[in-house]
Amino acid sequence: MERSFEAYFRQNRLPHLWCPGCGNGIVMKAIVQAIEKEGLTQDNTVIVSGIGCSSRASGYMDFDTLHTAHGRAIPFATGVKLANPELNVVVITGDGDCTAIGGNHFIHGCRRNVDLTVVLFDNNIYGMTGGQASPMTPTGKKATTAPYGSVDRPFNACALAGAAGATYVARSTAFHVKHLTDMISGGLRNKGFSFIEAMVQCPTAYGRKNKMGDPAKMMAWMRDNAVMKAAWDKLPEGEKQGEKFPIGVFKQEEGVAYDVAYEKVIEIAGGARK
Amino acid sequence: MTAARLMQGNEACAEGAIAAGVRFFGGYPITPSTEIAEGMAQLLPKCGGKFIQMEDEIASMGVVLGASLAGRKVLTASSGPGISLKQELIGYAACAEIPAVIVNVQRVGPSTGQPTAPSQGDVMQARWGTHGDHPMIALSPWTVREAFDAAVMAVNYAERFRTPVILLMDEIVGHLREKVVLPETGEIEIYPRRKPGKTRAEGYQPYTPDEDLVPNVADFGQGYHIHVTGLIHDETGFPIGSPKITAEAIDRMHQKIERVRDEITHTEEFFMEDAEYAVIAFGGTARTAYEAVKNARARGQKVGMLRLMTVWPFADKAVKALAAKVRGILVAELNYGQIVHEVERAVAGACPVELCAKYNMEIFEPEEIEKGIDGLVAGGNK
Repeated sequence: MERSFEAYFRQNRLPHLWCPGCGNGIVMKAIVQAIEKEGLTQDNTVIVSGIGCSSRASGYMDFDTLHTAHGRAIPFATGVKLANPELNVVVITGDGDCTAIGGNHFIHGCRRNVDLTVVLFDNNIYGMTGGQASPMTPTGKKATTAPYGSVDRPFNACALAGAAGATYVARSTAFHVKHLTDMISGGLRNKGFSFIEAMVQCPTAYGRKNKMGDPAKMMAWMRDNAVMKAAWDKLPEGEKQGEKFPIGVFKQEEGVAYDVAYEKVIEIAGGARK
Repeated sequence: MTAARLMQGNEACAEGAIAAGVRFFGGYPITPSTEIAEGMAQLLPKCGGKFIQMEDEIASMGVVLGASLAGRKVLTASSGPGISLKQELIGYAACAEIPAVIVNVQRVGPSTGQPTAPSQGDVMQARWGTHGDHPMIALSPWTVREAFDAAVMAVNYAERFRTPVILLMDEIVGHLREKVVLPETGEIEIYPRRKPGKTRAEGYQPYTPDEDLVPNVADFGQGYHIHVTGLIHDETGFPIGSPKITAEAIDRMHQKIERVRDEITHTEEFFMEDAEYAVIAFGGTARTAYEAVKNARARGQKVGMLRLMTVWPFADKAVKALAAKVRGILVAELNYGQIVHEVERAVAGACPVELCAKYNMEIFEPEEIEKGIDGLVAGGNK
């Protein structure tokens, strides 16, 4: 069995701290496989993460890695990319990190179209702190801070990213590993702000509270409810309801990346590139 | 020497940062610091650097830290309300040891306060604004030329000690226009970015302290595959839940500054040869205090002055020496009384310490400080 992905991990930092059955490891592996597939190297790629379960991934990955503060991965990553545009910058974030405390940075990152690839590990919950509702907890689902079911309406992070100006937007799940890897690859290829929502099961903090069964059952739920974008588009509106959700590439368009655009500013100002 | 120019303090700060090698600025508009951002937006692309206006103050701090880790010398600037927001990541820079200069052109607070009248109310915030134990360097210039020099010094200290440095300006100096002659490029001493002394194969660890207790953290993209985190970490850069390592990490963070305390604590004395009383002041207020002391001298009072250019670390030594020499100290500051407590701590009862405070959105008039001197002298003659 080909295990070339192992070279991308800091073997001495493993095993990881995630719970048994957690989907984060699957997405982390998909990221390095996409990096390998796209021919990026460990020397020219930087992994930037925020705070939370997902964001611990940076510590396991053998690159220059930056574990920032809660919600702040995108500003830090923006600084890394602008300071050294030769670097490929991948951001790992979670639903709370990206859409709650980091929400403003998220939409402005999309708007600016800085060349970053942002992978959001969506487990629908704050896992690290023990299962509080996030802006991506579905209405009615239970959390320690929503013991009677969440009354909040959740964000559709993909729709948000697309509306805010990201030039590549996709979604996949921890069940659809090959598809997920392809979605991330597409993001790495896009020269601009790429956003990939990777749905992951959190059996400990989310599944248990919502009686979703063991990890395999939570993944079976992803298998049964995810609908490929092409098929989703053909569904009558009435059937795009309930727990069904689309996966695939939602947006892909040309757009000048901020880092490229700024080189023009330097040219106009007459500054030799230093 | 360059030709004389009429220049504003904020402009001089921007030019000083560029001269010191800053090539990246992230900011957010706020009066009275905006001219620094505007200056950087104008100047940076001319020398191959980059300016970015971020969505908020937190992001402005984050973007400069990212750029610093990727090898650029960095600056951000704001005023009280914005500095409050930046505190989270100022602490990150202290913990992860990332060079960065944060300019605070102080205005009246708390909260939105009195925009954008002058104040020196952020002295304690500069020291303790972010959570947890950490050292801090803060420099407070009193002239336009010194705003330039302090910017250079702040960048050099940030790089040399791999620590956040606060350039604690105030609206008085930030918006002041003076004729200045700036030094030539060759006359400016610049501390270069620290480089790893070892290769990965030789066992390089990013947070192994050098002889001066400062680590030579590699810039991103050099093939070192380093890990940077705001968690307390060991020499490898990785978090570790060890009481011993935690204490050692916090000790080293403090000691790397403490060991150079005398060298970086800049003060200036005036009329101290025969002085029996002294005024302590810093930043824009020191300008008024200087006038007041001169006027008092003209009236025959034997008064001198100590100006704190480095506000943090506090000038314990200079203040103690002063207290041993004089019969009383007057602390003039544009706030409800902040640095006076540090003066009292350093003086430790060796002489009386009195406060001349003002916090009504106006700057001091020399007469107000002279009145304070009169009170001090009268008290001393009791």
